Amino acid sequence: MSTTRRVLVPGEKIEGVNISDFYVYDYKNEKRVSIIGVIDLKQEGQISYSPLNGVYLPKEGDIIIGLVTSHGVANWFLDINSPYQAILSVQDFFGSKQSNQLPEDPFKYLQIGEYVKAKIAAFDRIRNPLLTVQDKGLGKIVEGIVVSVHPTRIPRIIGKKGSMIEMLKSTTSCEFFVAVNGMIHIKCQNEQLENIASNAVKMIELQSHITGLTEKVKKFIEEERKVRGV
Amino acid sequence: MTRPQRFIDDEGKRLDGRKPDEIRPVKMQVGVLSNADGSALVEYGLTKVLAAVYGPKESQKSISLPDRASLRVRYHMAPFSTEERKNPAPSRREVELSKVLRESLEPIVITDYFPRTSIDIFIEVLQSDGGTRTVGATAASLALADAGIPMKALVAGVAIGKVDNVLIVDLNEVEDMYGDADMPIVAAPDLGQITLYQLNGVLSKEEFHNAIDMAMKVINKLVDIEKETLRNSYKEAGEE
Amino acid sequence: MSTTPFRVQIIPKIKKESYLNLYRKGQRADERDFYSPRKISIQTNVLEKANGSSLVKLGNTQVMAGIKIEPGEPFFDTPDQGVLQVHAELVPLASPQFEPGPPDENSIELARVIDRSLRDPKAVDLNSLVIRPGDKVWMIWLDLYILDYDGNLFDASMLAAMAALLTAKMPEYEELETGEIKISKNISNNPIKINKKVVTVTTAKVENYILVDPNLDEEIISDTKSVIAFDEQGNIVGAQKTGMGSLSQEEIDNIINVSSSAAQVYFKLLNDALKSEVKEEKGDK
Repeated sequence: MSTTRRVLVPGEKIEGVNISDFYVYDYKNEKRVSIIGVIDLKQEGQISYSPLNGVYLPKEGDIIIGLVTSHGVANWFLDINSPYQAILSVQDFFGSKQSNQLPEDPFKYLQIGEYVKAKIAAFDRIRNPLLTVQDKGLGKIVEGIVVSVHPTRIPRIIGKKGSMIEMLKSTTSCEFFVAVNGMIHIKCQNEQLENIASNAVKMIELQSHITGLTEKVKKFIEEERKVRGV
Repeated sequence: MTRPQRFIDDEGKRLDGRKPDEIRPVKMQVGVLSNADGSALVEYGLTKVLAAVYGPKESQKSISLPDRASLRVRYHMAPFSTEERKNPAPSRREVELSKVLRESLEPIVITDYFPRTSIDIFIEVLQSDGGTRTVGATAASLALADAGIPMKALVAGVAIGKVDNVLIVDLNEVEDMYGDADMPIVAAPDLGQITLYQLNGVLSKEEFHNAIDMAMKVINKLVDIEKETLRNSYKEAGEE
Repeated sequence: MSTTPFRVQIIPKIKKESYLNLYRKGQRADERDFYSPRKISIQTNVLEKANGSSLVKLGNTQVMAGIKIEPGEPFFDTPDQGVLQVHAELVPLASPQFEPGPPDENSIELARVIDRSLRDPKAVDLNSLVIRPGDKVWMIWLDLYILDYDGNLFDASMLAAMAALLTAKMPEYEELETGEIKISKNISNNPIKINKKVVTVTTAKVENYILVDPNLDEEIISDTKSVIAFDEQGNIVGAQKTGMGSLSQEEIDNIINVSSSAAQVYFKLLNDALKSEVKEEKGDK
């Protein structure tokens, strides 16, 4: 029974063994939090601090879904739900090292408004995140839908030990890919199921604090499937 | 409006019945706007100020700083906020107050987490009855926290005045216009730091010192209310 | 919209370190102690066509004040008072940091702080500036012209404003039968009625050190500045924290004490400058 789940606000003290977190800072002899979040005392005295709000800051290696918003001469620019625009080079997209191997109009192959699943290849304080699609499972998203939620709700959508996401997959019979930047790719057998799955995800985002949410969402999906006959 | 004969009656009560060290009724709400990343509506008595935060987002190249986020702060009074309609064009006063309010928030926002971005803070006075910049600072602090912008601490503000030779806390408009001093102060009690102080009026050195004491006591209480407001708005997240 | 400054002059790290080392020994780069202002010179009546004028040099910082007095209408809610308007211009020739254009937040802040520090203690006797109550009063236009910027515009500007006000002369005029006020080209010998003298003292906080009258380098490396206005009786008639840092209560108490002493130095210099001006006048006659 966890009695030590509490909301902390900026400037408040946080105690615990070896907390090092992006949102925890040192003040004199104390550690303090800099953003509103939930402190959770798990077993073995381990403390986790989850922000309840705030932007997604990319990390090298993150797999994300981005939306193409514009392009330059040799790059696409993507919105990845973060303060910084991400860059995907034409060379990387086509996997070629030489420019004479590139198609004449590369931007026909990935257009503004399309989604891409990519990995953050590089990101530091000096330049915008650089993306790569040269990895298994990455590339332009051609089927299904993409749903956007607040990045801080992603842990809830995955659930404890994956319980929520497994329930979603089995109850909707859809494929789900949950990206850390708050974007979720859903692929179902038909549009009706995609609609139900999308609503289920939104429901989790809005009610992420409720207990018994997994059951509640499961019931919702089952009802919807019955009503719509899918 | 005319100058009152007296500001403090024989029982030591002010024109609106308050004691000299009493603030007006305070209301605070967060998350009041759907588009902004963070927002807050704060009222001290009849003064109502709405603050909204957007960001961090990539800043325009001309203002971009390589190692930290820029703050862009706009203090503005709605045309219907004052007794006589106010021209919406930015006045010299609004320009000065935008600057001092930005400088009151710079020390507490952890800007080095987001180089080359800007964090926009809009402070709109919806109704003005004294102390608008101090209410504005309190609202901005809440809006920043609501947006999840990393902050070292919350700030709150209050204006101290002097009428009938008595120092008073949280001036209303009449006390501000016809009193002998108006001293707005914004501070972060968790850091023991004052981030804005100004004086309009005449005070002795002793009164100046005492005014700051009085302000810090009130600011402590105001920051506690801010913390409660934030906790309550995310209350369900804490329950399990 | 006020934006975090993005074109700030850079002080090399080595230089900043060397300044801090001096401060730890109780010294400053220009051989002053923490509490003394730089060398000051105050000249008055430097512009023949203005009603009042002054040129103040505070170290390398130079500020010229010009006063023009013209008839005008009083404000609606103060029919029996003249009008004082204070403006400041950070003239582009004063610094590579100053760009031409409409007043920016720094020049507006400067003008408003000087204005409040004169207005709140009623330094200028606005009641004595009435020609016909509710209809015609004197407008005093006080313009502060920054000519050279090496830190501390507030103190130099306040001294310039005060020196110009104290040596300004009212215009000669006649009231025509139509009620119109006709200003002659001559300036009378009547001064503006000044009730009080005011000075401001600016201090910069660099780490734990409080420095009176910061020069440009000291301003750039400082966390924040405080401007405190005093009258000759030692009352605080205005205050402004300016800059991006923060202070503790104790630091503010210390600043008030230090500034209060420095104010006396400024008043003495102001009074000395005025005495020599009066001597010159008498000599002319």
